[in-house]
Order: sequence, then structure tokens, then C-alpha cells
Amino acid sequence: MTQLQSVSSPSIHSEDRAHEADHPTSPVEKFGIEQPLKLDCGIDLAPFQIAYQTYGELNANRSNAILICHALTLDQHVANVHPLTGKAGWWEIMVGPGRPLDTDKYFIICSNVIGGCMGSTGPASTNPATGKAWGLDFPIITIPDMVRAQAMLLDRLGIQTLLCVIGGSMGGMQVLQWTAAYPERVFSALPVACSTRHSAQNIAFHELGRQAVMADPDWHHGRYFERSTHPHRGLAVARMAGHITYLSDAALHRKFGRRMQDRELPTFSFDADFQVESYLRYQGSSFVERFDANSYLYLTRAMDYFDIAADHDGVLAEAFRGIKTRFCVVSFTSDWLFPTSESRALVHALNASSARVSFAEIETDRGHDAFLLDVPEFFDISRAFLESAGNARGLDGTGG
Amino acid sequence: MALQEQALPLGGIAPDRTGKYRTDHLLVAEMIAAGSKVLDVGCGDGELLQLLESRGIDGRGIELSREGVNRCVARGLAVVQGDADTDLVNYPDDAFDYVILSQTLQATRQPKPVLENLLRIGRRAIVSFPNFGFWKMRLQLLVGGHMPRTENLPATWYDTPNIHFCTIKDFVQLCDEINVKMERAVALDLYGRPVPLNLPWWVWNMFGEQGVFLLSRGGKGK
Repeated sequence: MTQLQSVSSPSIHSEDRAHEADHPTSPVEKFGIEQPLKLDCGIDLAPFQIAYQTYGELNANRSNAILICHALTLDQHVANVHPLTGKAGWWEIMVGPGRPLDTDKYFIICSNVIGGCMGSTGPASTNPATGKAWGLDFPIITIPDMVRAQAMLLDRLGIQTLLCVIGGSMGGMQVLQWTAAYPERVFSALPVACSTRHSAQNIAFHELGRQAVMADPDWHHGRYFERSTHPHRGLAVARMAGHITYLSDAALHRKFGRRMQDRELPTFSFDADFQVESYLRYQGSSFVERFDANSYLYLTRAMDYFDIAADHDGVLAEAFRGIKTRFCVVSFTSDWLFPTSESRALVHALNASSARVSFAEIETDRGHDAFLLDVPEFFDISRAFLESAGNARGLDGTGG
Repeated sequence: MALQEQALPLGGIAPDRTGKYRTDHLLVAEMIAAGSKVLDVGCGDGELLQLLESRGIDGRGIELSREGVNRCVARGLAVVQGDADTDLVNYPDDAFDYVILSQTLQATRQPKPVLENLLRIGRRAIVSFPNFGFWKMRLQLLVGGHMPRTENLPATWYDTPNIHFCTIKDFVQLCDEINVKMERAVALDLYGRPVPLNLPWWVWNMFGEQGVFLLSRGGKGK
């Protein structure tokens, strides 16, 4: 039966994850019952907390702040060692001294999204009413809710206007929501590999992932923490399916082809004969070590509900009417999860709103995940866009 | 309609002491008031846009080639990847003060709708194009018996992106046909110098290597 063991058992204990959810290894801002987060579903969430990281220094007139919005399964640990996995930050290639998001010039903020599991309030956090984890009692949250929480965090940090809001995938959705909800607080916006609405195909993939989690007998209708279990098999399958959508046919072929894993011949079993299988299993099992299954359900749902135009009578351009924010929209040729056509629709709407917009499609075979990888053309564009935004805001020199 | 009645050739161009910019770009920039909002269709690597921005003009661009777009964005310009033939329809009426089509008209599949769109999106349009009536072109076809190639248009007939060449005279006729008013017209010679104003139009059509036109919507019906 060993062949049917789909993923290895977690090496990080669920207690560590649960501890991180309530007591993060990063700064945290707590909001009491007098400052509720008003959720789209009609519920006032209070108390709640937001865990975040910062890099670089805020300048004297507070004009050099950049907010990074993270993607579905990422977190605030952009450019530091991850407290659970011990691995490097997920965007160290982009953020640091001399990098495109230069920490010598900019003050970089990234907060864990509401509904996440790395210290901002979410289903893995302790519900003060019961003393146990929220689980499915946690209210459904949306992308606008995430952004509302980030705005409250920035108020707390004393930052009125952001030089730039940048993010890929779900992070890009938050960027767009920022510009639609708080245009006056966003000087420039860099939405990457994203869309103004989640497509039917993307909702379908998310539903597949959620069903995989919920089909795991260890899920227990979301109350696995009471039984000291975690639906790691279901969540790993969800991650494997998701991971395929983040890559491309060409990237998978180049990376793995039909090569065998540590063997010459097929074993005539369901063992991971192919390298690509072994890779996916590894992706699945390493993911469940650091991520909460219920959080995955909530965050995928938030993406599914996202549709900026729907909030403006179906007319996307209305969402950006009269906006002063400078935009740079970036897509990747081989991204089939958020294809260039989605970015193009956004650009048309921004043009129709007379927004100042740049749009670059970057040629790469690395699929949706290209925004996380070493793609020099993307770095050059990001760097130049930020520099021109900084110049337009009078950021150069010591006064800025 | 007689050409002479329509066009008021432009005066001198401010000298470019640095030699940084092309004469036809400087000519275009002279036609635009500071503070205007401008769309440059087919903006290449953004040379003209950068000149306009340096003069306090709010410039945007559309460029077909991905490399061109990415170079523009890397220069901090607001440029989107797009196709003049298909994407201009997505822009609303009166979105810009000026829409520029610089050395691109001859590469569009449908010059007439493109021109009409320019003057729908912008209150004015500035169009420049290589003049196929230029004497060197005529000479190569007449004497050499082959499709002309010049310093500025070096591509062979089989790999050129330029599929709709026209002469200055042809362009003037098209403007007349779609009721476009020519406010200013300049012909530049092979060295980018304006052809003297006091010469007759056939000289322009013969000695102008390229034509630059400032256009607006015609007032009268057809």
C-alpha cells in the first residue's frame, strides 16, 4: 500500500501553525471592539489583528511607502526567513537593497491578508467568544475586506498615501481594489498577472481544490483542530491542482519532460515514477506544513467573489472614473490562469477612464508564477515604473 | 479642392542644440501646446513621447511591438501594447487633445478607418508619413524598375511592414474625401529640413521625403 501514500506526513506540527496564527513572529496591530472591520457580508469583525512586515525606512514626509499585496498562499514574509519553513522570503529577488523594490529608497510594507493563517485574523485564529479556533464560524471575507483591513493598518502606521501598491495574482486583485476604493491614497499601482474578476475556469479550479479539502475525512467540517488532525491529504491535492495552473505546458516539459524519478524503468505501480509526479507531491506536502486548510477555503472564495465591474453596474471603466493613479499593468505570455486578454480588458477600461496607464506583456514560458521568478524584463519594468512614479512625486534626493 | 487653399505651412522649427531629437519629432512637438493631452499611436521606443513629456505635455502611447512597449515603460512612459488597426475603437470620443500617427500610417491595414478614428478620439490629429512621390522613389521605379528602397525605408518589398504607401497628393485627397481639415502641412526633405514654403505643391510632392500634417475635423458636410 505504500504506493498509495500520496504525500508524506507533515514535519511542522499543527501546534506551531496554530501558535503562528495567534502570535505571529512579525509585528502585529490589534484592533479592539471599538474599531471593527466592516465586512462585505454584513458582519462587523471585532476584535481582529493584522500581522505585517516592513523593510527599509519611512522618510520624513512619509512619501516613500510601498504596499505589497501577497498572493493566495503567500504571506507577509516577503524578504525574511519564513518562521515556519525556515526558507528565504518569497520575493527576495524583488525586494532588498538595490533590487527593483529598493529598501534603500522605499519603505516596504506587506501584511498578511484577513482570512490568512500567518497572524492576521482568519479561520485558524482563536475565536474570543469560544476560546477555540474560528473554523467555519469565521465570516466569509472578500478582496475588498482585505483591502479595508490594510487601509486600517496604514492609518495605524500613519501612512496616508502610498507611493505604490504592487502585487501579483490575488495580490494584483487587491491592488486593483485599492485603486477603486481608495484612489486618492494610491499614487501608483502595479497590478501583475491578475484580473478585475475571477473567470469561470478559475472558479472551477478553486472549487476543485475546496472539494479536495472537504473530501478528506480529517477535515471534520472544518473542526479538525479539535481532533488534533489536519486534512493534509486533501489540502495537498488542492495545492497540486493549483500548482499545475501556476505553470505552463512548456515549463513543465522543459523542467521534467517524461523523465523518471530515481529509476530507469517504470515500476508498474502508482508510485511516483515520473519526476513531475514527485515534484507535485513535494509541492503538496511542503504546502500543508505551513498552510491552514480552512484558510485555503476562505481565500479561494474571496478570489471567486471578486468582480470590480459588478460593483459599478457592470461597467469596469466606471470603477476608475477620474482616477489620478498611475498604472503599470503587467501580464505574461504563457499565463493561462490570468491570460493577457484579462489585462488588456483592464487596460481598455483604464484608457476609457483617461487613467495614465502603461501595459507590458512579458514573453516567458514560465506561466502564471513568472511574477515570482527571475524574469529580468519584469524587474526592469518594475524598477523604471517605480522610479518614474518616485520622480513624479518628488522623491529623489534627501527631501523626498 | 485646391491644396493651396487648405494648408497653411508651418514656420520654423526651434533648433535642437543637443541633436538629441529628430527634426520631424521637433516639428510635431512644435504643433502641440504645453499642457495638452496627447496619444502617440505607434510610438516605437518612445523618443517622441519623451520629447513631449519634457515639454510639459501629458503623453500616452500605443505600440505594436512588445519590445518597443517594454522599452517605453522602462523609460517611465505611459505606453500600452496595442494595434492601431484594432484597438483605437476602444478609446472614447474626445479623449485627447491631439492624436499622433508618426510614420505609421503606411503600416496600417486600413488607413482610412484609422485616420477617422484619430479624429474621433482626438480633437486634432498629427500625421506624418514617408512620401512615395519623393523623387528618389520615382526614379528607382522609373529607371531601376524595382520597388524603391531608401535610407529611411530600407526594407525589401517582401519583408516590409509598410503595406499602404501613399504620396502627399494621395493623402491630401483622402483627407478631402473623409472631410478632414488640414490646418498645417509641412514637407521635409531627405535631411529632415522643411521644403521652402513659397514653392508650389507639386514641388512638395516631388522633393518632400516625408509629409507632416496637422488635421482637425472638417466643418462642412460632404
